[in-house]
Amino acid sequence: MIAAQFDYKVPNSLEEAVSLIAADPDGSKILAGGHSLIPAMKLRLAQPQVLVDIARIKSLAYIREQGDEILIGATTTHYQLESSALLRQICPLLPLCAASIGDVQVRNKGTIGGSLAHSDPAGDWPAAALALKAELVLIGQGGERVVKADDFFVDFLTTDLQPGEILREIRIKKPTGKFGHAYEKVPHPASGFAVVGVAVNLSLKADGSCESASIGVTGVGVKAYRPNGAESALSGSSLNDAAVIEAASHACDGVDLNNDLFASGEYRCHLAKVHTRRAIAKAKASAK
Amino acid sequence: MKRAINLSVNGVARTDEVEPRLLLVHYLREVLGLTGTHVGCETSLCGACTVMLDGQAVKSCTMFAVQVEGSEIKTIEGFATNGELHPVQEGFWEKHGLQCGYCTPGMIVTAAQLLERNANPSREEICRGLEGNLCRCTGYQHIIEAVEYAASKTAGK
Ligand SMILES: Cc1cc2nc3c(=O)[nH]c(=O)nc-3n(C[C@H](O)[C@H](O)[C@H](O)COP(=O)(O)OP(=O)(O)OC[C@H]3O[C@@H](n4cnc5c(N)ncnc54)[C@H](O)[C@@H]3O)c2cc1C
Ligand code: FES
Ligand code: FES
Repeated sequence: MIAAQFDYKVPNSLEEAVSLIAADPDGSKILAGGHSLIPAMKLRLAQPQVLVDIARIKSLAYIREQGDEILIGATTTHYQLESSALLRQICPLLPLCAASIGDVQVRNKGTIGGSLAHSDPAGDWPAAALALKAELVLIGQGGERVVKADDFFVDFLTTDLQPGEILREIRIKKPTGKFGHAYEKVPHPASGFAVVGVAVNLSLKADGSCESASIGVTGVGVKAYRPNGAESALSGSSLNDAAVIEAASHACDGVDLNNDLFASGEYRCHLAKVHTRRAIAKAKASAK
Repeated sequence: MKRAINLSVNGVARTDEVEPRLLLVHYLREVLGLTGTHVGCETSLCGACTVMLDGQAVKSCTMFAVQVEGSEIKTIEGFATNGELHPVQEGFWEKHGLQCGYCTPGMIVTAAQLLERNANPSREEICRGLEGNLCRCTGYQHIIEAVEYAASKTAGK
């Protein structure tokens, strides 16, 4: 359980981090909370030559309101998101998701940016980022670009981040009007990772019917996704029990299901439907 | 290539040259000789290696020592002051919160974090707060009571 040798670099700014990585984009890795990367390095599944520790750049951890958006710095920890009074008020899905991750020690150290960049098929943040239609700000030598969460998660442990690019910020439109959020998860009993996790973001009309819904599902396939069938079934519906059950039945339509020792694809799909139904009901009940 | 680190451990300033790949837990145990911090699983799951890093409980088997440059670390050896036990330590003593004691240092650090954030936790909140710490001996009941004891002791009840 000893990592291969590497060189450790501490940039003072994001710009310095970008140029340190640019020196060897394939041999270097960003280190944030280290709670996915260090376990992989200890098993020598990852053997980077250089680690660039961005968690030491203080200005990269923040939660801020700006105009109609919420801005979150990439190295903001799960615990900072879980305990943010501002977010509990204006975007409860973020603290709900954060609180479901691993255990206290993991939440004290792990970061939202690291989790999104890692794109673990059982990671929680990708589900919330999809449900909130987050935009991700990436910075590289060529400058900045903004990628929608919908386009960011590409495949198993693979995102749209190019070698040398750093995820700098997560941007989310502040939910407005009457809305409800919920995160429902079946945690793996040992690690806490999601066997299945469902994030629901409902926007309601004054009469309580559904204006629109966006949903993120993790744990079920090789990457988190939005179940389009379920979302469109909800849109305009009355959100009565029958409508919710019908929508949830589309939770894993067309998904290439994960099969492993812990849970078969069929079981994960079943869990996804049950928990999509529960998450929609909870989001509706929480709507204000 | 070794790298110098400066930090404070239980209030004592330290400067050491370490390989970047040296885990924090190995630095504490093997370089500083602070063997109260245990290695249970080495896979980030058991919590026996938990220490306070700038006031936050972390698993020292899942960090490199170079990451804590400039920080303050508190290990179990730093919990008692002038021979007087920390309320959580006293709770484990009074409520029989340990058997073999292997998980205890990590349990105490995590429990102290829990009480700093929530001075009067319910039993359920205590269980949730200690999710990242495994005990193979006690069945947890006495550990929960130890934390309840510490909470009421701190509240002066
Ligand atoms: C015991 C345990 C339980 C856990 N349980 C859960 C759980 O229940 N749910 C869950 O979702 N996760 C869980 N995790 C994972 C945890 O949330 C990690 O913190 C997270 O997946 C990665 O974030 P990090 O900051 O630790 O990233 P790191 O480990 O530092 O990095 C992960 C990867 O992302 C890259 N990276 C990091 N930051 C950036 C960035 N800003 N830009 C570009 N690339 C970047 C790194 O190069 C690396 O490849 C658990 C981990 C452990 C050890
Ligand atoms: S030794 Fe660190 S969590 Fe088990
Ligand atoms: S007392 Fe033996 S492992 Fe907890």
